[in-house]
Amino acid sequence: MDAQKPMFPSAFEVETPAGAEGWKDLYPYYTHFQPARREEDDATFWFCNSQHWPTPFRPFDTIMLDFAIKGLGQYNTRHLVVPPANGVDYRILNGYVYFSPVAVAPELIEARVPQFMERAGHYFQNWGELYANWKEKVLAMIGELDAIEFTALPDVEDIAVVTGGKGLDSTNQLFDQYDKAIELCYKIWQYHFEFLNLGYAAYLDFFGFVKEQFPTIPDQAIAKMVQGVDSELFRPDDEIKKLAKLAVELGCADALKTGTVDEALAAVAKAPGGDKWLAQWEEAKDPWFNFTSGNGFYSTDKYWIDHLDIPMAYLRDYIERVEDGDEIMRPTAKLLAERDRITAEYREMMDADAQEVFDGKLGLARVVFPYVEDHNFYIEHWALGVFWRKMRQLSKLLSDQGFWENDEDMFFLNRNEIRDVLWDYSSSWAIGVRKRGTELWPAEIERRRGIHKALSSVRPLPALNNPPEVITEPFTIMLWGITSDAVERWVAADDTSGELKGMAAAPGEVEGVARVLSSPDQLSELQKGEILVTPVTAPSWAPVFGKISAAVTDIGGMMSHAAIVCREYGLPAVTGTGNASSRIETGMRLRVNGNTGTVTVLDEA
Amino acid sequence: MNDLFTLDFSEIGSADHARVGGKCASLGEMTQAGVAVPPGFAVTTEAFSAMLDHHGLRDEIDRALDGVDPEDLDAVDRAAQAIRIRIRSHKLPPEVETAIREAYAALGDDMPVAVRSSATAEDLPDASFAGQQDTYLWVRGADDVVTHVRDCWASLYTTRAVAYREKNNIAHAGVLMSVGVQKMVNARAAGVAMTLDPGTGDRTRIVIEASWGLGEMVVSGVVTPDNFVVEKVLEEILDRKIADKHVELVGDAELGEAVEREVEAARRTACCLSDAEILAVARLAKRLEKQNKCPQDVEWAIDADLPDGENLLALQSRPETIWSQKKAEKKPASYMTGMMGIVNTLNNPISSKG
Repeated sequence: MDAQKPMFPSAFEVETPAGAEGWKDLYPYYTHFQPARREEDDATFWFCNSQHWPTPFRPFDTIMLDFAIKGLGQYNTRHLVVPPANGVDYRILNGYVYFSPVAVAPELIEARVPQFMERAGHYFQNWGELYANWKEKVLAMIGELDAIEFTALPDVEDIAVVTGGKGLDSTNQLFDQYDKAIELCYKIWQYHFEFLNLGYAAYLDFFGFVKEQFPTIPDQAIAKMVQGVDSELFRPDDEIKKLAKLAVELGCADALKTGTVDEALAAVAKAPGGDKWLAQWEEAKDPWFNFTSGNGFYSTDKYWIDHLDIPMAYLRDYIERVEDGDEIMRPTAKLLAERDRITAEYREMMDADAQEVFDGKLGLARVVFPYVEDHNFYIEHWALGVFWRKMRQLSKLLSDQGFWENDEDMFFLNRNEIRDVLWDYSSSWAIGVRKRGTELWPAEIERRRGIHKALSSVRPLPALNNPPEVITEPFTIMLWGITSDAVERWVAADDTSGELKGMAAAPGEVEGVARVLSSPDQLSELQKGEILVTPVTAPSWAPVFGKISAAVTDIGGMMSHAAIVCREYGLPAVTGTGNASSRIETGMRLRVNGNTGTVTVLDEA
Repeated sequence: MNDLFTLDFSEIGSADHARVGGKCASLGEMTQAGVAVPPGFAVTTEAFSAMLDHHGLRDEIDRALDGVDPEDLDAVDRAAQAIRIRIRSHKLPPEVETAIREAYAALGDDMPVAVRSSATAEDLPDASFAGQQDTYLWVRGADDVVTHVRDCWASLYTTRAVAYREKNNIAHAGVLMSVGVQKMVNARAAGVAMTLDPGTGDRTRIVIEASWGLGEMVVSGVVTPDNFVVEKVLEEILDRKIADKHVELVGDAELGEAVEREVEAARRTACCLSDAEILAVARLAKRLEKQNKCPQDVEWAIDADLPDGENLLALQSRPETIWSQKKAEKKPASYMTGMMGIVNTLNNPISSKG
């Protein structure tokens, strides 16, 4: 490689988008590329994690990045002592986050092995018990989050405060609730990673073994042998399907078909069987509507439970399909039989001694995999859904107090600035003077909003500097699907020919019309049979997978959400194309080959 | 039907394998396993034996080859030709001829058939592969069938086969031949399927070669066939290469034979199988591999006269030999299991390929 000209630019030479000057103020100093450390940072390969953070951060939203990165790192480095891998370092550039996994020096790896064996071994041997305990811990934490209340400070303290000789005021409660919410979010992120990397490691071990046996086996075939069919991630979608079927069975479906959510629910209440249907709707809501149409990492994520129009739209689609005679429930028995068939047929092609090893590794992979799939519901959807709701309540409260104009403007402040605002609120309340921030923050928020908008108008660079000769860092490969091949594809992404390459994520081949979506808000634009083209998908997009004929994403590997769901729905998927969503336009005819990972533009509508 | 001289494919038992030869035995097994195979019957080795006995041909053959130097190919060639002429010049024993005529009539009126040699174990091992033995396509009428059965018998005495036996001290008179008579497929497209990648030995792949008309053009290499690669377990088409298929072999009912004809321009570079047909061929091959418990080399055809879904026919299935041999020689590998496996995986992750 030409040492003079790196494959990707240096962070220090990337221009600031017009209108985004001063963007660094929006993010903490420890996320900056610092000129004083240029040499070190330029010698490091950074890839943009647009899989988890496809759009620029509002200042508050870096909370998820900080906590996630910390949780990931602590388990590798301090709890489990993963022999070759410490955490993942990160920087923010033009609002997007760049990751760089931190490898352990080769000479230190061997010494870490015994510690890892003992620690990870304990988890693998006691997986069931520890996982049951994990669910309890997380549910308790969700309960604590749910109990958090933010209330405006009273005009005067209640008489009981005086007569009870309490000696403290309502501001303590305000600080306490805020600090507790942040602390719970922090703990939730630690729990998020408690099992995750071990789950991936066991899966990777199985994956590697099968690849060694059958070098050309499609990745998706290996995934199919391990995947469960009753993951909790599918439950929200399944609940909507059950509600659609019930509405048709009870004969109250027509009442649900029109109007706002409130109107539809009022109409169904009067319809025959409506009360029975409503009871089930209410039951499904908690917890299954704690489900985001994003990935839980942004304050702008819309959770079903807060936006019932989202599940209502899916419900209406499903009702239509039930009335058309479609079988909408997932054929779980068939999927299980298919999983067994695939497993048995590959197994049959192995030697007897390899079969025994296969059985062992498959067994472990299947034990750990439910966590890999289900944690996402408990953490990103449920716990973070509650967290964001509480934060929005606080933002509204502070907006009512005059700190900003719009209910959700708080997210243009970082979490430490919010604590300062709480102090401003508390101290000015106590002193009996005007709040100091009520002119300052609206103006600053406007400035930040402008910067954020300018950052959002520019797509991130896929990577910075030079990649290593070969990418061997296990989690880079497993979690982000970033291999030497993928990096080569990014370099080739400037190519404007009619063919795009990505990962062969789910098998099959179809032709159809493209629908390019850049945000989950556009999901309603999708027409039946179209090919979904998007930067990245999230689990709550599940209902649209019943409508589309294939999926193409910019980002993601074989275990990415789009890949998992497409395999489930039997749709072809090509993931990690780098730039399909910017090269393809809605209306173009495409051929998607999920066996080879190729997307061909057939004609430019 | 007289089971001594002819045996319907549906009646061939495992005890009969030696007397019907490899090809007919395989057709019999497939027929009985419910695989769609064109109907037909085997003319057993007893029929051939009766022919040799009836005309005292065994002695004649021995005499013709007596003192011939196996290295002197001209001499072998002269002797072999003389034997073939002798075999062809005799009528079949009446009871054999009657059996063949009856079995043929049972297939239908003047049914076009393929008449093929079905080698027994003692025969030249690669004879059928090398196309040494005769195959007569689109034969119609009992007289022609009988004549071609006799031609197949004569093909046991090609120069190469005779030289091989001489060199290996195999008694000519001990080598018998069976002949298969099978209803002709009106092949719209046909070819072969291997249940492993012949280039790499990869058992997760099924490789299909297919062309227009009868499959003989594919087997003999006269046309470059379309080539399809199918993932065996997922049953997904992974790759397809469409070739320029300039000629096809089709039946000519008037002439009573298969004729080579040029493929018109539009069809030459068109894919000769639909996706559904490719997958059906792959599933057929997979089924035959499972049934025979080893990788197979399958000949198949799509019959233009049969309805979709019933038109794929198996014509032959035999064990793949080259890679199966190599596999047996492979040293057993050692694997890391348990926690060591996980440590090793983390230290040396393989990169997943797109």
